[in-house]
Amino acid sequence: MSLETRVATTDGRGETAPRDQSERETLEKTWQEPPGIVGWFSNVNHKSIGRRFIVTAFVFFLLGGILAILMRVQLARPENRFLGPDLYDQIFTIHGSTMMFLFAVPVMEAMAIYLIPLMVGTRNIAFPRLNAFGYWIYLFGGLFLYAFFLFNVGPDNGWFSYVPLAGPEYSPGKRADVWAQLITFTEVSALVVAVELIATIFKMRAPGMSLNRIPIYVWSIVVTSFMILFAMPTVATASACLILDRLVSTHFFNPAEGGDPLLWQHLFWFFGHPEVYIIFIPATGFVSSIIPVFSRRPVFGYVPLVLSLVSTAFIGFGLWVHHMFATDVPQLGQNFFTAASMMIAIPNGMQIFCWIATLWGGRPVFKTPLLFVLGFVFVFVIGGLTGVMLASVPLDLQAHDTYFVVAHFHYVLIGGAVFPLFGAFYYWFPKITGRLLGERLGKWNFWLMFAGFNLTFFPMHQLGLKGMPRRVYTYLPGTGWENLNLLATAGGVVLTLGVLVFMINVFISLRRGEPAGDNPWNADTLEWATNSPPPNYNFLHVPTVAGRNALWDKAEDQPVVTGLRGDIRETLVTYVLDAEPDHREKLPNPSIWPFLTAVTTTALFVGSMFTPWAVPIGAVPVFVALVGWFWPTKKGHEEQLSAEKQIKPSEVEAQS
Amino acid sequence: VKDRPNIDVSNLPAYGFGHRSLIWWGMLGIIVIEGTVFAVLIASYFYLRIYVRDWPPSTPPPNLIYGSVNTLVLLASLVPNYIYKKAAEREDLRKVRIWLVVSIAFAIAFIVIRVFEFPALNCNWDSNAYGSIVWTLLGTHSTHLVTDFLDTVVLTVLMFTGPLEGKRFVDVSENAFYWYFVVLAWIPIYVVIYLVPYLI
Repeated sequence: MSLETRVATTDGRGETAPRDQSERETLEKTWQEPPGIVGWFSNVNHKSIGRRFIVTAFVFFLLGGILAILMRVQLARPENRFLGPDLYDQIFTIHGSTMMFLFAVPVMEAMAIYLIPLMVGTRNIAFPRLNAFGYWIYLFGGLFLYAFFLFNVGPDNGWFSYVPLAGPEYSPGKRADVWAQLITFTEVSALVVAVELIATIFKMRAPGMSLNRIPIYVWSIVVTSFMILFAMPTVATASACLILDRLVSTHFFNPAEGGDPLLWQHLFWFFGHPEVYIIFIPATGFVSSIIPVFSRRPVFGYVPLVLSLVSTAFIGFGLWVHHMFATDVPQLGQNFFTAASMMIAIPNGMQIFCWIATLWGGRPVFKTPLLFVLGFVFVFVIGGLTGVMLASVPLDLQAHDTYFVVAHFHYVLIGGAVFPLFGAFYYWFPKITGRLLGERLGKWNFWLMFAGFNLTFFPMHQLGLKGMPRRVYTYLPGTGWENLNLLATAGGVVLTLGVLVFMINVFISLRRGEPAGDNPWNADTLEWATNSPPPNYNFLHVPTVAGRNALWDKAEDQPVVTGLRGDIRETLVTYVLDAEPDHREKLPNPSIWPFLTAVTTTALFVGSMFTPWAVPIGAVPVFVALVGWFWPTKKGHEEQLSAEKQIKPSEVEAQS
Repeated sequence: VKDRPNIDVSNLPAYGFGHRSLIWWGMLGIIVIEGTVFAVLIASYFYLRIYVRDWPPSTPPPNLIYGSVNTLVLLASLVPNYIYKKAAEREDLRKVRIWLVVSIAFAIAFIVIRVFEFPALNCNWDSNAYGSIVWTLLGTHSTHLVTDFLDTVVLTVLMFTGPLEGKRFVDVSENAFYWYFVVLAWIPIYVVIYLVPYLI
């Protein structure tokens, strides 16, 4: 079907045109958030869910950070008695699990939930109810972990929960089960969100935003979401096998009965290594958004940047054995994984050169978001270099299980993800709240975090080379580790101050920050084409796009989409490749059922730690909730019928 | 007042079938996820195979009869699924109802036969690692059979009782799409559980 742009009767260029005003009022009414307490639990707007998701993930970041500081206090001097070994084991396990499963991956998805529908120019995320479910199940998973921790049943086998230590023989009690079920919660959440994001990006882009024009951040999210689809089921399956070994005496990891503990390591790292890129790739998306805007020019090397994201994703699945060089994997296999681990430096290096070229050819404005991005480049390059070193088998065998590895992955993860994330907070805070974060505190925030980070983690390289092993709760005097540990602890305090300054900045700016306006950075992507904060329906008219930098390439008379119903939650679905309009789709209304489904699913997951019968019995309320979710309501049904009355697919076929 | 150029979409349909619909993409995502779960379990099966001399290690190999019969029933169930999928795309309510019910009859048949498959494995999940992996493979696939059966029942009830909308036909069509996956995923699982012990 051809849809020619034509001059319509819609009048008015400004916000004040009377027709726009009445459309706005209709949209306000249709998309308003449901009132009351039940309404709060029924909300399915991607921005509300996204905000809750971001705040929740940040709270878990703080909790994980508090645990980190407790560890640093314990290690500040030799033979410290501040934490005992049992509590220390729980703390480092929960620190790692929190940062990986409850902070890093969720916060990246949370940002995408908020930003992607705005960036592609649609009214809500695809499957908004599933999105709400994804949030609740994530929240309950996190609460579940900390509730058990409070009762001294926190997992204590490390964030990778290696067998046989985590198996039934060496970890009686429920601690290892808590870890395994935490995985189930968080993976379910990550997976459903990945599916929504793929559907949103492929099918709901504004007309004109063909695949070769979507912002690089959006590319980074689609690549990440595909990685999630292939990586997360592996760890979910592995943790299910672990729970089966522990609860119903299967023997997957029991060598006495033909099982193999190394199977666990293979399954875990087949997920665990891509996981690093699942965290890192969205962060590079932030960087590719921020650098061009603050360099005042389009990004250098759009195609190489996209290709490097895609190739990073592919190569990222071929590295997992480099976590297992200290096991008996065959040497030929080790060579392959060494080569692949070094190869991944190529696409990542290419990205860094594209960013440098963008800065080089532009006129950089050194606001806080750009500072964090530059800090990222510095820190991440160091982490990348130690990564190349660790990819080499002989060096890895020396450094394995020492603080050198701890230093490496904190440089990669904090450098590669947390710095860009803070840059992204500064960059998008005005869009989300309508107010800018303070620049002065922002600079303090950056320099404290940057200095604190390097002070904390750089000495750990040296500690590792001096032989300090990971996961020990204390060490003897005279090992030569004392001063470096004290330095790392002091750095941790500075880093904490940096985070505190950020929270103070947020607190002050929410009340007294400078009003942002629609587009304070004069940025190029579609989220800046609407109000700050955006209305519930995102855009008065679904926009169209004429180039890679939607707002910079906009024609003076850039057309908008009209003819979408404002009195029901209708949005436009477009074709995958070229984003030509395909059909109108009525998105679901708010519903309490996703919340109830999450509650019943939580009961099933927690119950199954105690008896296998919780699975068949717990499945009954889950089924009831799902039927409630699926079954059409009177309102939804009537709205759908009225949408369909306009035109049937069969009639369209007949016309063409 | 100057007119603003626009793209009028009011004459577009309110839903589309196949890859045009959002729900197809959602379904594809679920298929990729669950396909990965099956692939991981099959890979684990062969990984565990490497480290023992005899396979199955200490028990007789599975009896082929129930699993093979069930494979035929599963493959046959593609026919009613295909028919109601095509009928849904033509929005032929009568035909959709009839063939949904036929599909449910097939589903009941192979779930019942599946109950006999577990004893035919000739081992228990806690006998050894071999028993663990074949029970888990069969169990995971059976979970898909049961959940897809329940999905189909709910959808069928809705198609009889209403309230009905045109868009429900998209759901019906995608239900068949998922069913195809559950059946086709069974073929490699069947080969692994039932034939591989005789072959290697």
